Amino acid sequence: MNPVNYLYLSALLFTIGAAGVLIRRNAIVVFMCVELMLNAANLAFVTFSRLHGNLDGQIIAFFTMVVAAAEVVVGLAIIVTIFRSRHSASVDDASLMKL
Amino acid sequence: MITPLAAAYTTSTGEAFQFWVLGTVAVLGALGTVLMKKAVHSALSLAGTMIVLAVFYLAQGAYFLGVVQIVVYTGAIMMLFLFVVMLVGITAADSLKETLKGQRWLAALTGIGFGILLMVGIGNASLGNFTGLGQANAKGNVEGLAALIFTKYVWAFEITGALLITAAVGAMVLTHRERTERRSTQRELSEQRVREGRQVPPLPAPGVYARHNAVDIPGLLPDGTPSALTVSDTLRARGQVRDVSGEALSDLAELEQRTAERLGRKPSRKEVGK
Repeated sequence: MNPVNYLYLSALLFTIGAAGVLIRRNAIVVFMCVELMLNAANLAFVTFSRLHGNLDGQIIAFFTMVVAAAEVVVGLAIIVTIFRSRHSASVDDASLMKL
Repeated sequence: MITPLAAAYTTSTGEAFQFWVLGTVAVLGALGTVLMKKAVHSALSLAGTMIVLAVFYLAQGAYFLGVVQIVVYTGAIMMLFLFVVMLVGITAADSLKETLKGQRWLAALTGIGFGILLMVGIGNASLGNFTGLGQANAKGNVEGLAALIFTKYVWAFEITGALLITAAVGAMVLTHRERTERRSTQRELSEQRVREGRQVPPLPAPGVYARHNAVDIPGLLPDGTPSALTVSDTLRARGQVRDVSGEALSDLAELEQRTAERLGRKPSRKEVGK
């Protein structure tokens, strides 16, 4: 097997995550799909690290993980705050600024 | 299981087998994340996908990242997700109503188009031969990463620390709620209950005739109808209340009938049906 298949898998997972962000209405599930996309990108980074034979790709994947952790903390706090004020986690209900 | 990665243009059969089996699992998990109706099921599917990715990292020579993936992603981040699902979850059932007409189909179509584009792009890229990490990992994967982090990427690493602190402070600021009025004491609460006069004594207990004492079974009123007061609001909101009143009544009717037969009386349906 050619290791390029890892890149195809990564692209597939990223696509599924992107479609999920567009399709789902529940803010938590949308957020999980964003995480899936980040993970797919990480898989691509690790595969490229293997392709080039140096560890820079793994470092970038490591930083992606750190940023993802920070993003999850703030994002979930925002979801909890919105849920408190609107009693709903649906992205359709947060439409205060819509005309 | 973890293959030597020296000349890695084609992987070993073991890794190929692992890829095809676990890759299927990863894709199924991703699809489950998108398609499952309940947020908890989505979270569990995503956790499965993340564990599979951790195995792939290990198989590709990223030993440190494989472990970090399990500890940080499936350990910390998914637990955070589950906590929020627990806080928000009860009423967070996804509405199946489309606010924009045809949005779901268009989104799926966009996704498929994007995927095809991405895959064709990868297929046409001249990626060259895989070098493999045998040389880069020669002194150990963690040592190699550490050498890079603390020399070439030390600035990014320090900025990351600032980012994490900002995120922690931000989360605290966002979720902190200032109490605007004094918490009412137990005495004030009881006085308020009496003043309102709605439910002065404690709420009645769930359960039927000492046979079902589960909390999801409403107690019966004297006329045999279930009382909504006896089960918690949460169970009612989730629609998880089990109503056994009909069953209890039919059991009672059967008992009455058997008694009547034994005593040689004519069973009177009127009495039982009440």
